[in-house]
Amino acid sequence: MFDDLRDLYQEVILDHGKNPRNFGKPESYNRTARGDNPMCGDKINVYLTVDGNGIIQDLRFDGRGCAISQASASLMTEILRGKPAAEAEALFEYFHDVCTKDDDEQGVHENLDEDATDKLAVLSGVREFPMRVKCATLAWHTMKAALHGDPVTSTENSAF
Amino acid sequence: MSDTATLSPTSLGNAPYDVERVRQDFPILTRLVHKRKGRPGKPLVYLDNGASAQKPRQVIDAMSHLLENDYANVHRGVHFLSQRSTDLYEGTRDKVAAFLNAPSRENIVFTRNATEAFNLLAQSWGRRFLKAGDAVLISWMEHHANIVPWQLLRDQIGIEIKVVPVLDDGSLDMSAYAQLLTDNVKLVSITHASNVLGTVNPAKRIAQLAHAKGIPVAFDGSQAAVHQPVDVQAIDADFYVFTGHKLYGPTGIGVMYGKMEHLNAMPPWQGGGDMISTVSFAHTTYREAPYRFEAGTPAIVEGIGLGAAIDYVTALGMDAIHAHEQRLLAYATGRLSEIDGVRIIGTAPDKAAIISFTMDGIHPHDIGTLLDSRGVAVRVGRHCAEPLMDRFGVGATARASFAAYNTEAEVDALVDAVLATKSFFG
Repeated sequence: MFDDLRDLYQEVILDHGKNPRNFGKPESYNRTARGDNPMCGDKINVYLTVDGNGIIQDLRFDGRGCAISQASASLMTEILRGKPAAEAEALFEYFHDVCTKDDDEQGVHENLDEDATDKLAVLSGVREFPMRVKCATLAWHTMKAALHGDPVTSTENSAF
Repeated sequence: MSDTATLSPTSLGNAPYDVERVRQDFPILTRLVHKRKGRPGKPLVYLDNGASAQKPRQVIDAMSHLLENDYANVHRGVHFLSQRSTDLYEGTRDKVAAFLNAPSRENIVFTRNATEAFNLLAQSWGRRFLKAGDAVLISWMEHHANIVPWQLLRDQIGIEIKVVPVLDDGSLDMSAYAQLLTDNVKLVSITHASNVLGTVNPAKRIAQLAHAKGIPVAFDGSQAAVHQPVDVQAIDADFYVFTGHKLYGPTGIGVMYGKMEHLNAMPPWQGGGDMISTVSFAHTTYREAPYRFEAGTPAIVEGIGLGAAIDYVTALGMDAIHAHEQRLLAYATGRLSEIDGVRIIGTAPDKAAIISFTMDGIHPHDIGTLLDSRGVAVRVGRHCAEPLMDRFGVGATARASFAAYNTEAEVDALVDAVLATKSFFG
């Protein structure tokens, strides 16, 4: 019915979009940020608990968004739990390439958890939909802002 | 295009509205979208007219004919082409005046778009006639173009912004409006038709109530002027703003109509060439309205394109376009309403052919992408009307907006795509 869109809306994405994991504000956390996408009105909050060794012990999110942004946020929470903050940022750099560049144009991303990179590859379909890239990356930008202590980030920031 | 007769649409006269002939005037409507290797592509179903309308060949030809035959700068040359361009460009001012039934061509100020018209109004009229504590009364259904310029002015001189609420069906709350016309309100600035809800506001009544208190009224006609005939004298508008690109004309050209008593009292807002009478380093004098508001070389090609667009819709007849679109609106409203889970935002009795809707459990962005994959172009998002989205408790909507060239078959394509979207996410 929507054959052209199967790359974008893979079953995993539909599933996570409909039933997002780790959704809801936790009782305790020590890092948080809000991400805005003014183009569509979406807002997302990411809540992180980072321990003294820089390990992300817990992360959750809430807010509203399209299937792509909800699924991306949900996948992110599954992937980053238990990972060092530095690896989270490295995975984001990888993910950004996945969303915006063809396979042969992507940068070198070494020493990344293969389970994580395989999971993230399901979102590579957004490459063909430039207007939707920000939907996929919003949660990750918000996670990064929280790690850096920035309370708010927006897809309209030039750094996006 | 030197002969205005050649600018007329192919469908003319008193014959019944022939949408297929209208479609033949719009070259883009025959293209296929999403054509890729091995895939034939999908016919374009263009329902994003509220954002910008497509252009008829008459407009495209007028602009390219100008560039190939008659182009030069306007208002200053003594040479043949400058005179020719000036005549054509200034001819649009006459056409706009007739289109709005303005008393004279001098009532028509050219701007870049509707947004610039409101900035002109705020910075020229507003700074001259408003002071701290005065209020501008807008409505909850305004486009950001009629919100933010007043906020800039508020930050500059301390005016107050008051907001007329909207009822649940998307109508303007007229009793609240009457009550909000308090002594400190010095200008009413309200949209004639909502770009989200489709609501057509009772412009004449709005002006009557304001005028009874001596308050001038500005209307945003960006959506209304493209869907129905507008008579600024019948409405008794003090200002009336619209943009060319939603009226089948090019981007980069908009209009602010103003009563002469206002325009003559308003100072320039941008300085430069073309808006002056004499310039010395000690003292400069300005031209009369409307020219004093048009600093610098204007959008010559676009202005002439707008003239061709007005010729085009005038030949079709704004009444005929309105009747056609109202049929589409009724048909589309009926069909979309039958779909379980579809909620139409804006059900006022008097509507322009604009339908905003949401679908249970499906984000408008996903709706937009799925519809697009079937060739159906709609707008999704907040439609530059964020306060209104909040008012109706939605982050965003999908919006189908219709034009003179849309058909019932395209409504069917929209409905089919909505049904398919529902089952895809179901």
